[in-house]
Order: sequence, then structure tokens, then C-alpha cells
Amino acid sequence: MTTEPQAGNVWPIWEVFVRSSRGLSHVHAGSLHAPDAAMALRNARDLYTRRNEGVSIWVVPAEAIASSDPDSKGSFFESPQGKDYRHATYYTKSEGVKHL
Amino acid sequence: MHDSGHGDISVGVSGAGASGDGTASATRITPGNALRPEDIALAVSRGSAKPSEDAAEFALRLGDDALILAQRLGHWISRAPELEEDVALGNIALDELGHARSFLSYAGGLDGRSEDDLAYFRREHEFRSAALFEQPNGDFAVTIARQFVVSYYQFELYRRLTSSTDSTLAGIAAKAVKEVDYHRDHSAQWVLRLALGTDESRRRMIQAFKVVWPFVDELFRDDELTGRLSEAGAAPQPSSLREDFDRLTGEIMAEAELEVPNVQPSPGGGRRGLHSEHLGYILAEMQVLAREYPGASW
Repeated sequence: MTTEPQAGNVWPIWEVFVRSSRGLSHVHAGSLHAPDAAMALRNARDLYTRRNEGVSIWVVPAEAIASSDPDSKGSFFESPQGKDYRHATYYTKSEGVKHL
Repeated sequence: MHDSGHGDISVGVSGAGASGDGTASATRITPGNALRPEDIALAVSRGSAKPSEDAAEFALRLGDDALILAQRLGHWISRAPELEEDVALGNIALDELGHARSFLSYAGGLDGRSEDDLAYFRREHEFRSAALFEQPNGDFAVTIARQFVVSYYQFELYRRLTSSTDSTLAGIAAKAVKEVDYHRDHSAQWVLRLALGTDESRRRMIQAFKVVWPFVDELFRDDELTGRLSEAGAAPQPSSLREDFDRLTGEIMAEAELEVPNVQPSPGGGRRGLHSEHLGYILAEMQVLAREYPGASW
């Protein structure tokens, strides 16, 4: 862990989510520093949509994001393994159904 | 800004299939289909766009304004308060450089000079930029104050220029006005934050406007050229932009609890090639490579 820089002199970190096109989801694009939400949106526009990547941006204070514990990978994520009945693999395709 | 690429880029993008239509695909990222400097250079070289003598001189003024400001702003790269602000100012500089390239490409159509000829091989007295654009960056507040004035001025100018009887000027303005609109927002956000921030930032913002404001008047002065262009419907009289400029900048400054500085206007003279001591140094840095190694490309 790095030590916290002196409070008050460093802008907080924001996580940036960009939607590349209508109908798609916002996808995490990266993070940036900004003094407040309004400037975070503008910085995100400058940093992550310079090449026509987006039609919409969300910014979220990084500290507002709760994340799963990497050390709990086993209890969190291994349980579904081997439970292939949760996937639609046991169904036979009805006749005439396309695009499956 | 070098010549060797123009042919390739123009062919590539104007060819079928590559003319970036932003709505063509949900996932493919395209450059979009805005008017580019290369398109103008091509139109000029083919003779499908040719400026009148007046339009060329006017394009030179606007192109030089944008070019000199771009050079000034470029100096902030790696020097802004935060990396994010480096990028923001760099983006604005590149927008301005794009406008400069378009205006200069068009201006050069009068006598066959390229944007590079005009940018790199003219001498100080041949530049037509107003004094505001060559003012030093100062501290961050001075750069923001300069950008604030420039952006609100350019927005009003380009907004009106979109209905110019000169279709090339109208086209360049239509592309530029959207970008300048964002520059207005960026600088206004910072004026508010600096003016209403700490005692130190407020003191610097007030001082910055005092430094910059003497150069505001020159932007709105009419002369014979603008009179002729205005009569022809090709460009607005600069004085006709002043009311909207004063009102809109006034609104932000009131919100920021700032007073419009009461200062003596600078005499200016850039439109006639009379410049302050600053321009020579800017040109020396900007032009040295092109002059030392004519035709250099990389």
C-alpha cells in the first residue's frame, strides 16, 4: 500500500464508464483525477472520447464503488463451477428456430 | 502540419467505404465525417474553392489567431496543475490548430500557398493575429482568462459565420463552432472554480482578468475589410458581436463574483501586422524546424 498523499492537495479519483453507442451498456474505460463531478465529466470527455468512442459518459467517485474481495475468490466465484445445468445445454433446439 | 501526408489522407478518407459514418456500426469506431483541413486544401488545389482577396485576408486573420493560440497552449503540455488538465489544454490547442489549418489552407488558395507556407515561411509583420492571442500564458489563471475571452469571442464569430455567403468560411465555422462551444464551457468552469475557490486562486483570477482585459477591445474593432465583407454577407462586423459577448461573459463573471476590469484598451494593430514583442519569440520557436530543414517530414 502507498501512503495517502497529504489531504487537500490531490484531486479525488473518479471511475469512468463510456457508452460507445446507443443500445450498448456503459463500459468501464478507466479512471482519472478531478476536483468535482462536473470537471470529472469534462476530463473524461477529453481523456476517453477523443477518438469518437462515446455517446454517453458516467463518472463515479472511486471511493463510492464497493468491490468484491479478491481473497474470497473461492467462496464467491467457484461455486457455479461444474453446475452446467445452469447453462442452457440440456435443451434440444426446436425445429425451425433460428439464431440460437 | 506537413504537406507530404495530404494526398494520402484525402484519397483515403474521401474514397468509398472509408468516409467515416459514425452511425454505421455499433462497435466500429470511425473518425467521423467532419470537414477536414485536407478537404479544403484539396478543394483549393482543384479550384473548386477559391477565396476572394477579402475572404483570403479574413481567413488569414482567423487562421493566425487560432495558430498563435495553439502554439501558446501547447506549452502547457506537461506543465498544467494535473495530467488531466494537460490533456484538456492540449485538446483545445489541437482544436485551434485544426481551425488554423482550415483557415490557412483556404487563405492560401488565393495565390497557391500551402498552410505550411503560410505558417512557417511568413515573417512577423505578415501575421494578422490580434494581440490577445500572443499574450504569454502567465499562471494557470491567466491562461484560463485568455481562453475564456477567446472562446466567447470565437463562438459568437463562428456562430454567425456559419451563414456566410462564402461557403468555405461557413463550412469551417460550422465545424469549429461546436468545438469552441466546449472551450467556452471548459474555461467558464475554471473561472468559477478559481474565483470562488481559495483566497489565493481568487486573487490570481482577478489579477488574470486585469492582465487580459486590455486586449479585448481589439477583437471587436471594425475596419475597411470587415466593412466590405459584412456588406457582401461574407462575415459579421466584429462590433456586432460585442453585445452578446458582454452579456454572456458578464453572466459567468457575475456568478463568479468578479467585476469586468476597468482598464485602458491596448492599441492593438495585429490585423495590420503590428505586433507586440511576444510574437517574434513564438514564431522563432514555431518556425525554426521548417526553416532549418525545408520540406522536413516525419
